[in-house]
Amino acid sequence: MDATIRKQLERTACKVRMGVIEGVFNAKSGHPGGSLSISDLLTYLYFAKMHVDPKNPKMQSRDRLVLSKGHTAPALYAALAERGFFDKEELKSLRHIGALLQGHPDMKHIPGVDMTTGSLGQGISAACGMALSGKIASDSYKVYAVLGDGEIEEGQVWEAAMFAAHYHLDNLVAIVDNNGLQIDGKITDVMSPMPIDKKFEAFGWYVTTMDAHDFDDIERAFNEAENISGRPVAIIQKSVKGKGVSFMENQVGWHGKAPNADEYKQAMDELQAAYDAIKD
Amino acid sequence: MSEVIKKATRDSYGEALVQMSEIYPDMVVLDADLAAATKTGTFKKACPDRFFDCGIAEANMMGVAAGIASTGRKVFASSFAMFAAGRAYEIVRNSIGYPHLNVKIGATHAGISVGEDGATHQCNEDIALMRTIPGMTVINPSDDIEAKAAVKAALEFDGPAYLRFGRLAVPVINDYPDYKFELGKGITLRDGKDVTIVATGLMVHLAVEAAELLKAEGIDARVINIHTIKPLDKELIEKAAKETGAIVTAEEHSIIGGLGSAVAEAVTESCPVPVVKLGVNDEFGHSGPAVDLLKEFGLTAENIAAYAKKAVSLKK
Repeated sequence: MDATIRKQLERTACKVRMGVIEGVFNAKSGHPGGSLSISDLLTYLYFAKMHVDPKNPKMQSRDRLVLSKGHTAPALYAALAERGFFDKEELKSLRHIGALLQGHPDMKHIPGVDMTTGSLGQGISAACGMALSGKIASDSYKVYAVLGDGEIEEGQVWEAAMFAAHYHLDNLVAIVDNNGLQIDGKITDVMSPMPIDKKFEAFGWYVTTMDAHDFDDIERAFNEAENISGRPVAIIQKSVKGKGVSFMENQVGWHGKAPNADEYKQAMDELQAAYDAIKD
Repeated sequence: MSEVIKKATRDSYGEALVQMSEIYPDMVVLDADLAAATKTGTFKKACPDRFFDCGIAEANMMGVAAGIASTGRKVFASSFAMFAAGRAYEIVRNSIGYPHLNVKIGATHAGISVGEDGATHQCNEDIALMRTIPGMTVINPSDDIEAKAAVKAALEFDGPAYLRFGRLAVPVINDYPDYKFELGKGITLRDGKDVTIVATGLMVHLAVEAAELLKAEGIDARVINIHTIKPLDKELIEKAAKETGAIVTAEEHSIIGGLGSAVAEAVTESCPVPVVKLGVNDEFGHSGPAVDLLKEFGLTAENIAAYAKKAVSLKK
């Protein structure tokens, strides 16, 4: 990846992370850990990959993103706001009564949200439907579905995995955010979904892995996905839950908890410092 | 008297899908390995490139339907009522109902008239489940003609709908010239002043028979066919409550949460009158021929008449 572009993406990812913290802090609830682990992914997709138009969010030819792990809406909202789909001020009223930004993604009201999600395991099915419909119409759009590594414990995910391979949905890319933690603890302790790569392979998918926090590797994985035809692609992204905020990293307790005022300040300071450290 | 034509509404459903494919060539139909039984197989034969089998995976099918609908394409998703409304309930609620996506659910084999397959497949709870979902339209047609009209009407509006079809052949009763299907509008099949029978689905033709039985006993019964359970034609039901002072409801569904409950909810708010509910009581069905089961569970014209008399006796 071009160094200038990479630095731009790294800066944008810092802003997305600040948006996550801003949203969750003001909401006094929400899911920062898994939002921070997908912040680089969403930054890459919305700023370097997807064909979208913030002025025309329902554009038929747009690429679509389904946040199947819908509880990490703060990251999606922060990325969409940063990309210009709506005012960043909206992040401050996340989860408030009468606010635009619901606790989980709401496609009916929020510009840029392609599917209503929140109940785990369901988004991937909708992504399959979007991909199938695109195939029928010979549309060229791509569909990206972002799943949690805990989420894939849901049986519906594997119904969808079968479906996508059966109908050769090579316009579908599922990204599994493998941060290793779910609410009750380590995924391997709660209900191990491992090996994730072998499972998707067995279901007929092309599988690759990537470092979720390295834009060069992210680009490499998505370029690899572009070259696959005849079957869907699963990208297992090795990520750090809470990435970018020191005290949240790899801490299961930050799955669904809002920072207090001191923690908010520390998190924002850290992210600002990271932003400032990116030199041209 | 001319011979009564009988037809299962699942057959009407399959035929209607083919008819509608001419108007909506981009429409797709999904099924979950039951195309031969739900009769979406009729559509599959006519439009093989617009039919997609999802395998035995109803939850995924409903989500796929939601995704298809999100792209602006019309879609029907089919399975037995038990699996469409029961197994996939939460997906219908969250992936279809909440975003108010334009998915039409064609659910067949509803009620105890599934017959020999027994209780696991006899869904007497689907109307209750589906009508609690905000914005969900719930349609339970009474015969071949109404079933086809319902499919057409469902495709003409944007939003989720649940259409309930049966396995058992039922008499064609709506083959009269001025029959008109209006979504959300009940049909008064017979006027009357002493009691109103509000019926839905395969109970409608029995309600007409019951009115004849009551007539012989000097009771003048009104008969209303409610094909659209949600949104309910409250106006027509309230009028009937006011004018006849007593209601009996008849449905091939649990007496908990179905048509009877919907009617009772409506009249108790505006015009309280006795509402006596005939349906499947709070129990599971079992195996047996459909016609025998209907009798055993009291879903007969005679029983509607008996319940109507009870409703009349409760009038103040």
